Amino acid sequence: MNQSMWHASGSNALEVRELAVFFGLLLGAIFLVVIGIALLSLTRRHRGIQQEPLEGSHVPSFETESRLRIVVSVATALTVLILLGLTVVSVSVGRTVSASTAPPGSLPIEVTGAQWWWKIRYTNDDPRRIFATANEIHIPVGRPVAIRGGSDDVIHSFWVPSLQGKRDLIPGHTTVEWLQADKPGEYRGQCAEFCGLQHAHMAFWVVAETPDQFNAWFDHQLQPAAEPADDQTKRGQDIFLKSGCVLCHAIRGTNAGAQIGPDLTHFGGRKTIAAGTLPNTKGNLAGWIADPQNIKPGTHMATVPIQPAEMQPLIDYLESLK
Amino acid sequence: MTPVAERADVDVLRRTWGSKPGLIGWLSSTHHQQIGRRYICTAFIFLLIGGVEALLMRLQLAKPENTFLTAVRYNQIFTLHGTTMMFLFAVPVMEGMGIYLVPLMVGTRNVAFPRLNAFGYWMYLAGGLFLYGCAFFNMIPDAGWFAYPPLSGPQFSPGKGVDVWAQMITFTEISALCVAVELVVTILKMRAPGMSLNRMPMFCWSMLVQSFMIIFAMPAVMIASTVFLLNDRTLGTHFVNPAEGGDPLLYQHVFWFFGHPEVYIIFLPALGMVSSIVETFTRRKIFGYPALVLSLVGNGFIAFGLWVHHMFATGLPQIGEAYFTAASMMIAITSGVQIFCWLATLWSGRLKGTAAVHFVFGFIFIFVMGGMTGVMLASIPLDLQGHDTFFVVAHFHYVLIGGALFPLFGGFHYWFPKFTGRRMDEALGKLSFWILFIGFNVTFFPMHWLGMIGMPRRVYTYIAGRGWENANVIATVGAFVILIGGLVFIANALRSLSVGAKAGNDPWEASTLEWEAESPPAPYNFPNLPVVTSRTPLWTPESERAIVVGLREDRREILITNVLEAAPHHRSVQPRSSLWPMLTALGLAIGLAGSIFAFYWYYVASVLGMIGLIGWFWPERPIEVDP
Repeated sequence: MNQSMWHASGSNALEVRELAVFFGLLLGAIFLVVIGIALLSLTRRHRGIQQEPLEGSHVPSFETESRLRIVVSVATALTVLILLGLTVVSVSVGRTVSASTAPPGSLPIEVTGAQWWWKIRYTNDDPRRIFATANEIHIPVGRPVAIRGGSDDVIHSFWVPSLQGKRDLIPGHTTVEWLQADKPGEYRGQCAEFCGLQHAHMAFWVVAETPDQFNAWFDHQLQPAAEPADDQTKRGQDIFLKSGCVLCHAIRGTNAGAQIGPDLTHFGGRKTIAAGTLPNTKGNLAGWIADPQNIKPGTHMATVPIQPAEMQPLIDYLESLK
Repeated sequence: MTPVAERADVDVLRRTWGSKPGLIGWLSSTHHQQIGRRYICTAFIFLLIGGVEALLMRLQLAKPENTFLTAVRYNQIFTLHGTTMMFLFAVPVMEGMGIYLVPLMVGTRNVAFPRLNAFGYWMYLAGGLFLYGCAFFNMIPDAGWFAYPPLSGPQFSPGKGVDVWAQMITFTEISALCVAVELVVTILKMRAPGMSLNRMPMFCWSMLVQSFMIIFAMPAVMIASTVFLLNDRTLGTHFVNPAEGGDPLLYQHVFWFFGHPEVYIIFLPALGMVSSIVETFTRRKIFGYPALVLSLVGNGFIAFGLWVHHMFATGLPQIGEAYFTAASMMIAITSGVQIFCWLATLWSGRLKGTAAVHFVFGFIFIFVMGGMTGVMLASIPLDLQGHDTFFVVAHFHYVLIGGALFPLFGGFHYWFPKFTGRRMDEALGKLSFWILFIGFNVTFFPMHWLGMIGMPRRVYTYIAGRGWENANVIATVGAFVILIGGLVFIANALRSLSVGAKAGNDPWEASTLEWEAESPPAPYNFPNLPVVTSRTPLWTPESERAIVVGLREDRREILITNVLEAAPHHRSVQPRSSLWPMLTALGLAIGLAGSIFAFYWYYVASVLGMIGLIGWFWPERPIEVDP
């Protein structure tokens, strides 16, 4: 339930949840009244439900018609007033929570949608403090985060229900929204705009941490990938760098610098692989590398020929990239 | 009573207005009853196909990571489901009801442009056959029924599927525009003498507003799907290609400028049906006729002002957000007024609980709930959560099935005696209502919850452990309950064709002119056109009714009246039945279908279309039968 508008965290999502409860209760009550009146009309005595044959038509008395006219007019006026009220409430809540301008001091993050994964880039005025990652966003609790969204291919939609409503990522446009988590936790997000074959498997995680944890994570992400610590991972690195993997993936600190697929510099530290499709375990990773089309049919991840004997060192290396 | 000598000679009329026997006669028919029946029957077949697609999707989603359908197939099926239901079922079936009923309700012999009417049907049929014919060659669209570029563009949707989709829209657009033009002219210029606008049945009002909406909305989808998308795909233009300076949001704006009114195009005729059913079975004139008419017209206008609420997630300036929120809320006012007027009619009437009335109550329940979720989705903060999730899926099935399908089924029970001369079985009708009503709510109510707990729409599967399993199972079970209800409905209709009780002209003692005609109506509709003196002509005492005399019976003469008062203006002669509308449609269909493969087929379409039109408009004397 960490992908739900009811499991809300942060002022935005909480306000929207309140708004939903308010709308739901008010409109639900109106619905019940309308249905109640419709059913009550069935119990009116002068009406014989099984009358057969039909009697001729009738003209209700003048008094009945006038009464009905008053009731319908009042109901219409009430409808207008209620809708006016709802509009005012909705727009005033929307001004803050759905605003395109983030509060000052927010953490800027660029999210780029791609078929079918998320490119995440932490931007900064200091170019040395910019880095890229994928499919997992870490944020500090209590600090607003400004999401600048874009897309490299088709339209996607960035959505973390527990933190904020959705914002489309549109090629050729930049869209902005902001969110904030008030308590540490892991929140799942998923692409909401149909984006092709694997739209269903385009998820990501937002990890909200205390500022200290976040800063530690952030500083670690700035580091290049760890050097292989043993022969096995050293061999894995060689295999990675000599195979087709480097045509798409980057591992900072090595010669692999391609920007087509997700950046793998700190891959081992992520929760999932293939954009939220599988938990990040060695077994899953082996299955994913050996036959990506089996796990995510249509994925743009290439099936790179890896010898069986090479698989274990390769995944050991990738998982060592904490 | 009119003296017998002035009564029409029905034998001559039958020969004048009847179709020729045999296949050629069938293909060349331009009579509104036959064309209307064809629309309705064809549309119901597409409803079945769309329904089967829905069942396949529900089976796939019944459990997480199901492998019943592959991602490709699932995406194709939901695209076909939406496309079929919107373009090949909902709009055409409403048009069919209009084509069949409007001339009877306004008291004339045919629609205004009978050949155009036949042409429209053949284009619609060709469009449907084109879409499903191509499916057999695996040219199946898979970019969703609104086909957003760039996903639907040449780069991300190679193959012919999306071309087929976009060109199929062209067929149905042409068809819808034909019907709209005919109905506007039929309603405004061919009403029986005395049927001033304020005496027109609500159903005719709803078809009039709907037809005007089609005339304004359909060109927008033609620009989106044909000009932008198809040209980008087949001719290499860059209207919506961001890589070449095009803008994918432009497509969305133009598409939804059509797409939102489209919902009302489907739903307004259903409101007319509800009014007819309520008036007849409460035995009183509908309450608040002027308010109902104004609400319909208001719906028609407001529907064009809220398309952006489909695009809230694209990010709008705040002033635009406020405007479109207010506009989207406003449509609830006009819809509310209509509900209140029907409730007032039910309250003060002597209701007879027929199957049709059951469907009207189902309509009120489901549609009002869909309206409530609609108000929620008009609010931007809520829409940004609900948009593109199963919450929206639930919402639009509540408004479309509740708002259009339930009234349509009610209307089908109501007018079935007129269509066939026999009544549908009431007990089976009520049974099918209860199964459909329960099945519907079991299927779609849990989807509100699914959307709120994070399930996006258009996912071919979902991973386990998200808490979505139970609601999905319930929805799938409900879908099969709907199937059973649908089968009972079909069985009832088929059975009643042969063993239903004979209906007579007016089984419900209703108020409007179509019940004065025979059941099923003779080809000339009325021996003598009626003269109307009140809003409920058949509830007017027999002694106050009059008929029109002086129309020639040996030619297809109709009476043209003026717009406001329906005062007789002149007589007009309708053309003979003709094969040319069908041949023109065939030629255009061949050309349009070919044009997605190679450009020169546009020339083929032009040449064949021109040949067809030459035959169509070749001067000929109007039909004259020997008296």
